[in-house]
Formats: sequence, C-alpha cells, structure tokens
Amino acid sequence: MHERVSAKQTSNIHGDAPTVVIRIGGEGGEGTITLGDIFTRIAARSGLEVYSFRTYPAEIKGGQVMYQTRLGIDRVMSEGDEANILVAMNHQAWAEGHDDLCSHSALVYEASVDLPETDSRPYPIPAEEIAQALDWPRGKNFVLLGALLWFFRLEMDVANAMVKKRMQRHPESLDKNLEAMRRGYVHARDQYPEPFPFTLPLPETVEERILLSGADAMALGALAGGCDFYAGYPITPATPVMESLAKYLPSFGGRLIQVEDEIAAINMAIGASYAGKRAMTATSGPGLSLMIEGLGLASMAEIPLVLINVQRAGPSTGLPTKTSQGDLFLSLYGGHGDAPRFVLAPDSVKDCYFQTIYAFYLAERYQMPVIVLSDQAMASRLESTPVPGAPWNGPLTRLVPDSETLEGDYRRYRKTETGISPMAHPGQEGGMYLAESLEHNEYGYPDQTPDNHQAMMQKRANKVETARQMLATWRMTSRRWGARNAPFGILGWGSPRGAVREAMDRLQRRGIPVEALYTHTLLPMPDQAIKDFIQSKRALLVPELNFSGQFGRMIEHRYYRTLDENNIHVYHCKKEQGVPFKISEISEAVLDMIESEHKLWAREHGELARIYRTVSRIREGEQGGNGDQA
Amino acid sequence: MTKHSANDYRSGVTPIWCPGCGDYAVLNALMRAFAQLDIPKEQIAVASGIGCSSRFPAFLDTYGIHGVHGRVLPLASGIKLGRPETTVVAVGGDGDGFSIGAGHIPHAARRNVDLTYIVMDNSIYGMTKGQPSPTSPQGMVRKAAPYGAQQNPLNPILMALSYPASFVARAFSGKVKAMIALFVQALRHPGFAFIQVLSPCVTFYNTYDHYRDLTAAIPEDHDPADRSAAMALAMKNQTQYLGLFYQDTSKPTYGTRLSSVQSKAPRKSMDEIFESLRR
Repeated sequence: MHERVSAKQTSNIHGDAPTVVIRIGGEGGEGTITLGDIFTRIAARSGLEVYSFRTYPAEIKGGQVMYQTRLGIDRVMSEGDEANILVAMNHQAWAEGHDDLCSHSALVYEASVDLPETDSRPYPIPAEEIAQALDWPRGKNFVLLGALLWFFRLEMDVANAMVKKRMQRHPESLDKNLEAMRRGYVHARDQYPEPFPFTLPLPETVEERILLSGADAMALGALAGGCDFYAGYPITPATPVMESLAKYLPSFGGRLIQVEDEIAAINMAIGASYAGKRAMTATSGPGLSLMIEGLGLASMAEIPLVLINVQRAGPSTGLPTKTSQGDLFLSLYGGHGDAPRFVLAPDSVKDCYFQTIYAFYLAERYQMPVIVLSDQAMASRLESTPVPGAPWNGPLTRLVPDSETLEGDYRRYRKTETGISPMAHPGQEGGMYLAESLEHNEYGYPDQTPDNHQAMMQKRANKVETARQMLATWRMTSRRWGARNAPFGILGWGSPRGAVREAMDRLQRRGIPVEALYTHTLLPMPDQAIKDFIQSKRALLVPELNFSGQFGRMIEHRYYRTLDENNIHVYHCKKEQGVPFKISEISEAVLDMIESEHKLWAREHGELARIYRTVSRIREGEQGGNGDQA
Repeated sequence: MTKHSANDYRSGVTPIWCPGCGDYAVLNALMRAFAQLDIPKEQIAVASGIGCSSRFPAFLDTYGIHGVHGRVLPLASGIKLGRPETTVVAVGGDGDGFSIGAGHIPHAARRNVDLTYIVMDNSIYGMTKGQPSPTSPQGMVRKAAPYGAQQNPLNPILMALSYPASFVARAFSGKVKAMIALFVQALRHPGFAFIQVLSPCVTFYNTYDHYRDLTAAIPEDHDPADRSAAMALAMKNQTQYLGLFYQDTSKPTYGTRLSSVQSKAPRKSMDEIFESLRR
C-alpha cells in the first residue's frame, strides 16, 4: 500500500505550487509547540516559506495541543487543507488528527503508541526509548524534531544553530536536547533511507525574509506608528501584543503599564492621550466588552486612541484560545448613543503591521478611537514575509493649536468643515480646556441645549465623512484582485483572505473565474469601491468566521439598493468552529453559489453556460470519488 | 512672573451645586492651595468621574477632563504618566470612588502614582437624588431603602491605610483653613495622596452639625510615619479625626520607576528589530 505515494502528490492534486501541511499533536506541556515552532523556524531558515497555525487548550498543562505548519517553495498564504503529515506524540493526537489527513499521507508517531493500520504510511519513531536511553525523558520532542529534519533533508548545522538560539533561556538542557535531536535524526536516517514522499526542494539562495507573528507585527506597527504609551490587561489571545511591546516600547522612549483591568486600561490610555501622547491598548472580546464605555468617552471628548482587538470565539468566555471574526458588530456599533470611531481590518500578518500604523495616523488626525480587528489565528501564527517597507499612506499627526490660536479665542471643539479642531495638551499656555463626557459647547463646557447637541453630533460625525473622502485617495484601503470580468465575486475582510486567494487560484485553473474585494477599512466603508465591485457581479460570496454572517448582513443592509436594483444575490459562507477556513471550504462554497444561481437563471448562455458546465463536470467528478476537488 | 491669586484658577462657569453644598469649600480650598504653591494654570490637570462633585473641573480654568463613572484614577494616572511635569488632581465623590471605582484605589496606591486624589464624601448619592452610598450609615432610610439601608458603611481612611496610600488625610468642608493646609501638603507629596473630605449634601443628607460634633483634629503628638497609630485613629468611631494620618515619602513614584525602566532599555531602531527577526 505504501508504493502509491510519490513525490508529485505533495499537496499538488489541485495544481498548486507544492506545499506540505505538517500537523503535530501531543499533550500540553510535553513540548509539542516547541517542536513545531523550532521545526518551522529551521525550515524557514533553510529557505522554505512557512505559515503556521496553532491551537491549544485553555489549560496550561494537560489537554491536547496542536501545532500545524505549512511549508512551501513559493509564498504560502493560508493554513491549506487536510494535513499531509501527522506527527502524533500520543494516541489522542492520532485519534483527533487522522480523519483530517489527505489520502497518501504520512504518519510519524511515537513507536510505543499502538495504532491501527490505516491508509497513511507509518513512520514509527521510538522517541521515548531514545530519550530514556539518554536519561532525558523530556527530550522526546527533540527526537521527533530530529526525525523530521531527516525526512525533509534539512541541514543539522542550521538546526543546531536554531536550537541554540531558541533555547537560550534553558542552557541546562541545551546539550541534551541537541543530542536527542541528533539521535532522532540518525535513527530516522538509518531506518528510512529511501526518499521521503513530501520532501520539498530547497532553494539555491535563501531570500530575505523575516518570521513574524501577527501579534509581533501589531506591536512593531505600534512602534512605527509612534506609540508612546500602552496600558493593558492580560487576556488570551491578545497578551503577546503587550509582551512584545513590554520588550520594545521602553527602547523607543515609551511607557507600558499592566493595569488592574480593561476598564483601567482604556481610561489610562485616554488620560495619556489627553496629555498629548500616542496611546493604545490591546484586548480580546471580553475585554472589548468592558472597554466600550471608555470607547464612548474617547469618541465624545475627541481623544485619539488605538485599540487592538484580537478576536477569539465567544460569546462570553467562549473558546478563549480559538479564532473567530465574531466581534465585527461590537466593534462597529458597540456603545450607547452614536459614537463615531474607525474600524480597520488587517488581512495578513504583514498587514497587521501596516493597519496598526494607519490606526495611529487616523486616531491622531481625526481625534477618535480606532479599533484594529485582528484574530487569534492571525495573531499567533508565524509567517515568513519580506521586511515591510515604508507605509504607502500618511503620515498623519495630531493637529495642535499654534501660539497664535492660543492667544486668541481658543475653542477646543470649534465646529469646522472637516469636523477636526486643534487639540491642546497640558503644558500649553492658553490652551486650558475641559474634555467633557457630557455634551459640551465649543469650549468644552457642558451644554445640553437641543441645537448644540445636534450640531456637536454633526461635528463628530463629519470627521468620519472627511476621513472617508481622504481614504478614497489612499492606496490599498481595499484590495481587489482576480478575474476582472468574472460574474461571481467574493467580498470579505480579515484573516480568511489567504485561503480565499488560494481557493480562487484553484478555481481559475479549473476554468472558473472569480474576482474578490477585501476591504481594510470597515468604518468608514469604502462605499464607492464596494458599489463598483458589487455592480460588476451577478452574485457575491461573503466568507467569514462567525455564526451569523455579520459582514454579509452589513453588506446586505448597507448596499440593499445596489443589490436590489441589479438583482445581485449575497451568499453567506459562515463558519464558527474556532478554526480558520480551509481552502476547499471556500472553493466548495463558490461552486455551491454558482449551482444555486444556475437554478435562478431563465436561460444561460455564453460565459455563464461555460462556467456552469465546468462546475457540473467538477461536481460529477467529485461523485465519481476520485477525490479531485476544486 | 506675578504670583497667582486663587481667583485666577476660576473658570467663568457657575457651579451646579446647591447653595450650601460642601463642595464649594473644596473648590475654594483647592484654588487657594494652587495659588499658595503658585502653580501655572497650564501645568495643572484636574480629572473627575461622575456625580455632583465630579462636575468640579468645569469650574476651574486649568486643563480638565470629566470622564466616566468610577474611572478617575486610571484617567488621572494616564495624564500624569503621559506628561509627568503636570500637577494632576483627581476628584470625585464617595459613590464614584468607594463604590463603582473602589477597585482602582489599591492599584493607584501600590503604584504610587504622583497625584492627589480628593474624595468629596457626603455619604449619599446626591446627583441621583438621595440613595444610600458606601459610607451611609446602616439603617439610613431613603426611597431606595424604605426599610433602612442594610449594608455596613466603609471606613475609607482605614482602607487607604491598609494598601497603603503613601499620604492619607481627612478634611471637613466646615474647616476650610485646615483643608487648604492639607491640600498644599498633598500637592507637595511625591506620590499618591488620598484625601477624604467630609463634604455634606445639604439637600439629601445634611451632616454639617453632625460632623461639627463628631470631628476633632488629629492629636498633635501623632506621628504620621506610624501606620499602626494612624490605623488606630482611623478605627475610632466616636471621633472622625481631621488632618494627616499617614505619610511615607520614602517610596519611589511610579513615574520614577518607569523612567528607570526606560533608561535601562537599550536604544533600538526598527531596522535592528527587523534584523533580529530575520529567518
């Protein structure tokens, strides 16, 4: 049964550039994440492109942990599909993982675990025995790491250097781990000398790449955006943003404070911003719920603030370590009264960096809270990416009154055409004003008369309109790609973009053209770009990782006239399982959409007829059972 | 530069407080303390929460921020840590500070942020028209407690001493001179200064006469460095002592600590960080 496996089947049945998905499972606390992380870094160092994904239990020790990494020769943009290789450190890893293996997979596992025979080609490694012989039972993960290095024909020199670098803080166990890794390598080499079916060719020259997580990207974006002040409270999965800034911010002259709760975090950041500093906080769903009142204060008193929300699956405590895009509505609309804010949505690790920079630009210029909507999967994964260049847009800074303005009749909240009025800070002579959470007049003093309230609501709202016009001149506030005249479109936001892109490439190769638009600004929405896109389509798929299809509902609501007048249908592709989209889930949803649409057409002709015939052929092929999905 | 007078710190806005409200005395005392220390107006920021007394910043011609209910301490801390040269005063009432915002006091105290926190304690929710507050006596009958309040009152001074705040004092709106002197001391104190001001609500719970009988100056032989003695004074229910209970100037402020973190951290550039992340 093993002879069927051949190198050309390396995840290549879709015609994609070769990639390999390796899934590593084990008990929490036995080094599963370390194994995955170091292996990923060695592969990257060796010149492969990487894209990792991790899911861990809410418990610190115990519970099953999964680390997945996808390796490729070209840029890898998503988690991919089913795994090609399962590395099982225990029986449970196999029990949970073997269903999700593609056909012709490899199973690398701890040899003492008794597993039934399956289609997967078995590669038992006596990791426990080897580690025991070394008198180093904890080194089991390093034995398996050594075996993986052999299978992928990665250089031991590169591996040794990487382990030394990553395990700096554990010098006492370094030599033993290095030896465990070496023995695992030697064992695998002796036992499995034949070519491994999933080995990827290594490039001649290693291109310049950095290994970046979304959390690090946002922390670095904050630095590049000029962040002076961070106040935050630990919460999974946003904590790494705080930890990263704790390390870097003081080096840039900034201050970071871990406070007593999220309410303190947002209010302290508001205080620092009032004092003239670029301030931020980061949190996840439950923390955002607690911050909503403070968000309203920043909106009302017109105080710049950057708030990163690393979404996790809710409601309530929900699935704290799993991913979701379920906080869209809370971010857009959360709070009492009409409180203007901006909402930005990065859609890749690199984009996390840029959107955080833009968040500071927008917060400062428009004196408003800006929410950056990231998510667990994007924040915690590692991607190999080129060093980000300079931002395409901006910079924008806060308007501070000059001395001439301050000598005259300075009105902090002067009603201007743009809605923006210069903001003084403590220390500026003549700038003394009251930042009011009550409705206030132009000087900041409480004023609850009817006309004043209406006018001040308008002033604050005007800033959103001013920003909408300015953003229309920015590069890449939305991203449109794919087949320009395709009758079917994908409209979305956030981290699923990578899977969408790969699904579209696959569909294109099968003769199904699709075009997509991903927007980076959810508030304000790039209305013109979206309307232009919608009008060029017959039907739209809106993929998102939440239960109710929040973005799709927003699209239906906001553009109902455009949709209705042009008879364009919106198809929701919703998933709320705590894990990202697979490529095949997106491509299947596109096929479903086309089939559903076909039933509605009176008669199809030309290009539509051709597309539908192609879909039918693919679907018949699927039923034929050759596994050759779109 | 000319010396400031108390009136220089007054804005044109007329206080919303009822005639006879204890908070007028606090406002006047704070302006006099500012004048006595001759602090430039633009170097002062006064932050508040929600409630009658939290309307305070509007009546001052300094920088001010009127925030949300119970969050004055994080807000004021942010201002101080963001712009350390500013003199920062946090103000509010007993509902704002001891009920909804009580969770922030221990943390402001243990950080020892260099700011002055004045709680105008009238033992009633005045702005919402007279519900029992965390310092109302057990048994107080009001619309929200027609059968009498069933919760025991807090002891704010004892609470602040237990954290401890590095400066703990009590004043009374009926004794303005002593209050000014305490405010001056508090503003000079390097660290977190907590002052409870007994500030009666003439409309819903007039305690002027009650406090005139109940209050007394802290005995002259009390040593403010002695925390146990301060606690013993605070626990005397028969007398509400006025004056400085406790002061510790030996602790570094949070700003000092953060500055030392900043000076320890090696200077870096973005390029160096990217270099360290190279695969």
